Amino acid sequence: MILTTAPIDIVVGVVLYWIGIGLAGLVRPLSLRFISRVLFPLGAMGGLVLMAAALLGIPAAPATRVLPLGLPDLPFHIRLDALSAFFIGLLGVAVVGISLFSTGYFRRGQGTAPGLLCLQYHLFLAAMVTVLLADDAYLFMVAWETMAITSYFLVTSSHKIPEIRSAGFLYLLIAHIGAIAILLCFGVLQGGRGDYTFAAMRESELSAFWSSAAFMLALFGFGAKAGILPLHVWLPEAHPAAPSPISALMSGVMLKTAIYGMLRVTFDLLQTQLWWWGALALALGLLTAVFGVMFAAVQTDMKRLLAYSSIENIGVILAGIGLTIIFHAYGNPHLAALSLVATLYHSLNHACFKSLLFLATGSVLHATHERSLGKLGGLIRNMPWVAVTALIGSLAIAGLPPLNGFVSEWLLLQAFLFSPGLANPYLNMLVPVAAAALVLAAALSGYVMVKFYGVIFLGQYREARLAEARDEGPWARAGLVWLSAACVLLGVLPVGVILLLDHVTLPLVNFAIGTSAARTGWLLIAPVSPERASYGPLLFLLGITGTVLLTFALVRRLYHGRVRRGDAWDCGFPAQNARMQDTAEGFGQPIKQIFEPFFRIRRHLPSPFDAQPFYSATSEDRLWYWLYLPVARLNERLAAWIGILQHGRIYLYLLYSFVTLLALLMFVR
Amino acid sequence: MPFSAQLINLMAALLLLIAFAMLSQRRILSLIYLFAWQGAVLAANSVIVAWSTGQTHLYYSALLTLALKAIILPWILHRLIIRLNIKWDVETLINIPTTMLVGIALVVISFNLALPVTQLAGTITRGTLGIAIAMVLLSFLMMITRRKAVPQVIGFLAMENGLFFAATSTTYGMPMVVELGIALDVLVGMLILGIFFFQVREAFDSLDLKHMEKLREE
Repeated sequence: MILTTAPIDIVVGVVLYWIGIGLAGLVRPLSLRFISRVLFPLGAMGGLVLMAAALLGIPAAPATRVLPLGLPDLPFHIRLDALSAFFIGLLGVAVVGISLFSTGYFRRGQGTAPGLLCLQYHLFLAAMVTVLLADDAYLFMVAWETMAITSYFLVTSSHKIPEIRSAGFLYLLIAHIGAIAILLCFGVLQGGRGDYTFAAMRESELSAFWSSAAFMLALFGFGAKAGILPLHVWLPEAHPAAPSPISALMSGVMLKTAIYGMLRVTFDLLQTQLWWWGALALALGLLTAVFGVMFAAVQTDMKRLLAYSSIENIGVILAGIGLTIIFHAYGNPHLAALSLVATLYHSLNHACFKSLLFLATGSVLHATHERSLGKLGGLIRNMPWVAVTALIGSLAIAGLPPLNGFVSEWLLLQAFLFSPGLANPYLNMLVPVAAAALVLAAALSGYVMVKFYGVIFLGQYREARLAEARDEGPWARAGLVWLSAACVLLGVLPVGVILLLDHVTLPLVNFAIGTSAARTGWLLIAPVSPERASYGPLLFLLGITGTVLLTFALVRRLYHGRVRRGDAWDCGFPAQNARMQDTAEGFGQPIKQIFEPFFRIRRHLPSPFDAQPFYSATSEDRLWYWLYLPVARLNERLAAWIGILQHGRIYLYLLYSFVTLLALLMFVR
Repeated sequence: MPFSAQLINLMAALLLLIAFAMLSQRRILSLIYLFAWQGAVLAANSVIVAWSTGQTHLYYSALLTLALKAIILPWILHRLIIRLNIKWDVETLINIPTTMLVGIALVVISFNLALPVTQLAGTITRGTLGIAIAMVLLSFLMMITRRKAVPQVIGFLAMENGLFFAATSTTYGMPMVVELGIALDVLVGMLILGIFFFQVREAFDSLDLKHMEKLREE
């Protein structure tokens, strides 16, 4: 039956299904058993269906529907084309894992009642799908705001804690500032004709100035949601505040809706693309990437670390969008398609591995009640499932072959390095620099992941009570394994994904690289030509697996079982304890030293005579002091000036109206 | 100039005189009597306009004005001040002569404002628009310069009289439905303000509005 229904109707069905599940949560709002054992797995089924719909919808021709909802004479329009189907598929993959994990995650007595949480969660999912489906500005904004508000309530689900409330407020504030910019962007796009359907926006002919205005507004508005510098401040606050599955959903999926919006406006709704938009996006993206990874390197809270890592990945994706615009504007469709494929691929990868890692932190948090890296360690012994899946996620995010992170970063670097003389000499000079910055970000992200994984899972317990930590139950394991499997498969079988992505790039940049990339069969991808660069992920996997197994066997055979004698001189280490191993602070120290001007560091150094010495150092974001606090102060000062008008004396208020009336009568004839 | 036009001008002059009298009046009781007189003159003016132009709906409106503004509202106000026991003098924020000077300036401004409209209008009453605007502005000025709640309400009601007069003089009155609506609004507004007075006195032991300054946000 599912094969005869149009994909767009399946997607609409899933939206309604999720809303239904959310409402079902209100039937028995306090029964955790019913909600987590029945409703969340049912929600995960919706994700599976969406994946199927996406696989059917990507190659199919765009389908449109007019829904009998909305205001009179202003119905909702929806449309499923390859781009939205791709992002819906991305959402489906991530949601299956996250919903399965959530089944075992939510506990009793943590802020919001489970039924309400279930409603918010599923409405959030439905709103994200609707954003991807919307074909008019009206439905898009309604869904976008629903997404912002439901996620706000999810972030503040432990609303009794003041820090969480203020983190939620910051998130809501920036989300609304962004939404205003998006609304204005649609206002510019409709070109003064008053028709807010996307179909009409594609037809409208805008001048270069207004096109640029629309692009800048979209960059700002969607950038606020995605966490692009300098609008990133809410990410490191909101992610640690939210429950882990929610962080996974927001970082893995919601940030991608902003990427979707940016692509939709830039390549679909706008008819012309100027090269300097691309240069701007590229510069902003690389700045964001390097900034994010630098801050990730010095974090000591595991969820903040992942939040900064999300900023880095969004920066990489934005750089990919910028590169696509540059190539597209200079009429180089092959490379434009290549960098667009890399961008989309990286979005999909990030959805998988970042969700996986956030879920893993959720498991660690539940098992140990500890978020600070300084108090974790050695958990691989107690939590093998979480440790192995988190290892896969860490390797993937660090961009190591044969996992998925490598494929997209490699493709993006190919796009950078194959740029053979654009028509603009300055760009020609700058693109290699940009490639270097991208490599810097990628390398540092590897460093960050070594720190993340090593400090949490390896070494010895830093606290005695960590020995009592327990591994996750079967539901959460299923979610973790699902997402790690996605990371592996996306890494090993890139050709299939690229062939599917052809349907997305073809309408957007009028070119598809799939056939040329797959010309040497499904084992090897060669995006430009096999002579220049190619990559066979499966061979890598086999090679690495073979080497590891061989080494394991050899070590086992040659090294173990022999007689060893203890040394007389232990090099000063007669016993090794947890305080001797490298801490998160210590591991991040080199980065802190090298990039010191970028941080605002506050240190407390103990004096030699202190009876109870302690050391503390916090690295803060300078942008907070340079940009946000001045804006907040300006706002307060303006409010104080306006407050001068308020006296509480009625005759003065009357005088204001009187003077206004007289002025209007005198001057506005 | 026909006799009716002269009569209308006389009424307008009376209204302006009453407006100035209200501005200079210190006693609340006299203020209420003046307000009643203003309503009566307004009703008479409507009758004269209706009689000279044959606009029959203005008779009803005159009747309504007489009943509401010359009898019912003054009666409510009178009862109110007796119940509240506030027959004392009205304190003004600015002294009376200065207020009168400002009032004269406002009349000049109003006539200046009414000039272009007067040249365009074709009604018999067109010369009186300036006086109507002056009445509105003078009532506004009265609201600003009084410190107590009751004179402010009287100023508000007088302002409504000015608007009514403006409507009569430029377009022979508003449509009946609008007029009925406004009349009802004024009546209801008066009743609500009456309740409000009691509440204010309950809360502050006085009807002096300077106590409300405490309500502002620090």
